[in-house]
Amino acid sequence: MEIFWYIALLFMLTVYLVLEGYDFGAGIVHLLFAKSEEDKKMITKSIGPFWDANEVWLIASGGVLFFAFPTLYASSFSGFYLPLIMILWLLIFRAIGLELYGFVNNHLWKSIWNTSFGVASLLLALFFGIALGNIVRGVNLGMVENGVSTQEAHYFFLPLWNSTFSPQANHLGVIDWFTVFLGVIAVIALTIHGANWVIYKTSSSLNQKLKKVVFIMNFALLAFVIVSLLVWHYIQENPYENFNNHPWLWIFPVISFAGIFGLFKVKSYKDGMGFLFSTLFLVGGFVASAVSIFPKMLPSTNEVNPSLTLYNASAHEYGLSIGVFWFVIAFALVSLYFIVQHKVFKGKMDHIHYGDH
Amino acid sequence: MEDMIFYDRMQFAFTITFHYLFPQLTMGLSLLIVYFKWQYLRTQKESFNHAAKFWMKIFSLNFVMGVVTGIPMEFQFGTNWAKFSELTGGVIGQTLAMEGMFSFFLESSFLGLFLFGEKLLGQKLHFLTGFLVFLGSWASGYLIIATHSWMQHPVGYEILENGKFVLNNFGALFSNPWLIPSFLHNQAASLVTSSFVMAAVGAFYILNKKEAEFGKLFVKTGVYFGLAASLFVAFPSGDMLAKNVVKYQPVTFAAMEGIFETEKGGAEIVLIGQPNILEKKLDNKIAVPGVLSFLTHQRWNATIYGLNEFDEKLYPTNIAGLYYAYHIMVGLGTIFIGLMGLSLFFLIRKKLFSTEWILWSLVFALPFPYIANISGWYTAELGRQPWLVYNLLRTVEGASPTVSSGNTLFTLLGFIGLYFLLGMLFLLLAGKIIKHGPNPQID
Repeated sequence: MEIFWYIALLFMLTVYLVLEGYDFGAGIVHLLFAKSEEDKKMITKSIGPFWDANEVWLIASGGVLFFAFPTLYASSFSGFYLPLIMILWLLIFRAIGLELYGFVNNHLWKSIWNTSFGVASLLLALFFGIALGNIVRGVNLGMVENGVSTQEAHYFFLPLWNSTFSPQANHLGVIDWFTVFLGVIAVIALTIHGANWVIYKTSSSLNQKLKKVVFIMNFALLAFVIVSLLVWHYIQENPYENFNNHPWLWIFPVISFAGIFGLFKVKSYKDGMGFLFSTLFLVGGFVASAVSIFPKMLPSTNEVNPSLTLYNASAHEYGLSIGVFWFVIAFALVSLYFIVQHKVFKGKMDHIHYGDH
Repeated sequence: MEDMIFYDRMQFAFTITFHYLFPQLTMGLSLLIVYFKWQYLRTQKESFNHAAKFWMKIFSLNFVMGVVTGIPMEFQFGTNWAKFSELTGGVIGQTLAMEGMFSFFLESSFLGLFLFGEKLLGQKLHFLTGFLVFLGSWASGYLIIATHSWMQHPVGYEILENGKFVLNNFGALFSNPWLIPSFLHNQAASLVTSSFVMAAVGAFYILNKKEAEFGKLFVKTGVYFGLAASLFVAFPSGDMLAKNVVKYQPVTFAAMEGIFETEKGGAEIVLIGQPNILEKKLDNKIAVPGVLSFLTHQRWNATIYGLNEFDEKLYPTNIAGLYYAYHIMVGLGTIFIGLMGLSLFFLIRKKLFSTEWILWSLVFALPFPYIANISGWYTAELGRQPWLVYNLLRTVEGASPTVSSGNTLFTLLGFIGLYFLLGMLFLLLAGKIIKHGPNPQID
């Protein structure tokens, strides 16, 4: 039963990454590459009717985490207290930037909310990359000092950073060179992903320029990913152990690289293909990172307390079993809504009246 | 120990209070918008569609505020109340996860279609998307209140040796006797807020002599729905809920009503008075004999237990706050019935739209349903204190063990600043929408 919920949760988080990933990416493109008001408006139109439903994948994933793995939810949400609250604040600035800019027809008002939307999108991409880095690196569960736990075995608290910015320091921080490195990869990857979404959903004058941006940034992405694989063993002793024991798992890194290589040909494909390839990269890369620590969900960096795994952090059997019934029904409904939503707003979104008040 | 959770409690109270200003309008207004769309389909009168569109603008602004202030609520269970989440996640995780899966997806997917898809969908499908948004928002209310009901009156669980609550009866979460009365009471109260808002905007248009035709439609709709909802809040839903409190939380009931000593031969109902906790009495009391006994047990001389019957360790933490919250709610609820009843009387005699004092009353009534709704929730929450799970888990046992109060105060100050900004923006933009008005010819 735990395995079912592990897969369900991983699947939901992956969907969240792909969907809100393009929202964040569109925000970054909006901040960095869209100069004219026309182009900016086109970008917000392409995500306008979707972003809210996309964000629900985060809330629903949080709900499923709470329900299926309450110990992990309690431990990680209190341990990552400060960065999580800051993510909430950024989500607020991003949402109101997007939704409020159309209310007042004044260039100062518009530039405030455009900036709020763009900067919050960029920081969120960075923060979510840092979050992934924190999960795979692990934390000092039980806050062990000199071999003795100072808290219950599954609780911890991380400050934002420590003075060394090292992922191997005794007192870890949320921000260290490894987590920031993953954060930068997330920013690059989501910028590409968002640019692909804009190319796919609009006939904006930006599209040609964005294809060039994707092509160039893809070199950076490839380089950063390779470097990350080279330094991964600093934070994880044996990162390939699971892959060697279960060779079929190699499919995820392979998918990820297939995505990167596909992206190099973005200029010669139809508009939707680039989005498909950046999706492959994100799905492959994210799932590969998650399964590399399986069955751990939050590794312990000390010898005293065990890592949180899908077995020791899960809820009781009866609740997990009964949850499958409603989850399957709900999931079928969610899929149906998704299909309806994308059928109605299919193709290019140039003509909808998003943001006019 | 109490001091250590002070900021956690303040942060939760502040963020949930601010958050709930928005969903109470969302839930009721979605029903009123569906009503306008339905009237439009039935009569084909354009004015109904323009009315629906106008309120959809307010709705979408309100909805955004509800979403962005709602996400922090789900996060805070884990960030500030980790121990509570760890111990009870196996039970209330069910209803909270269901809320995400069943209602938020429904609401958000169809809201995009409802707001931007009218031309693409045609009128009938557009009505359907509106209905689904309404359904999603009420389903969300239902599942949150199922969670709340379990905390007030836990059912279908067992407690393991390590203190964790585990579910052993899924059906019990939904047949909880606390659930249906609370849900009906809350939804009716949200309709009260929306009806009063609609009537206030309408009355303003009539008084301002601009958009007076729409103003009449809004006042009429607001008065009909407002009177029905105000009555339903009191009876049967409020009555059912109060009887639950008497039955399952008698000490809370005594504190709510301000009864310090058991009164033999029938309990009086307190209208006004200030709780004097030290001397265990009410100062400056005005009360009507026997009525409380009658309302509770339908007998004028039935006994109602006072606080003196209970162990002080079981007392609600903030007796005075609980007493005031409850009395403000009941007092305002009574005034709402009176104001809406009077408005209907004038409406039937075709004098409402020319009677300025009553239109002004409707305008100035606008903030009070919000106050009544919030007071109602304070009654429920302060009434449950010092427990998180009634009689089983104390609030001090539920806080995050590793989050220091300095960190909590930091984030609390951040939320206060940010929500102050959100509140100003909301008022500014809602005012702008109302000033622009529902008339499609002015753009």
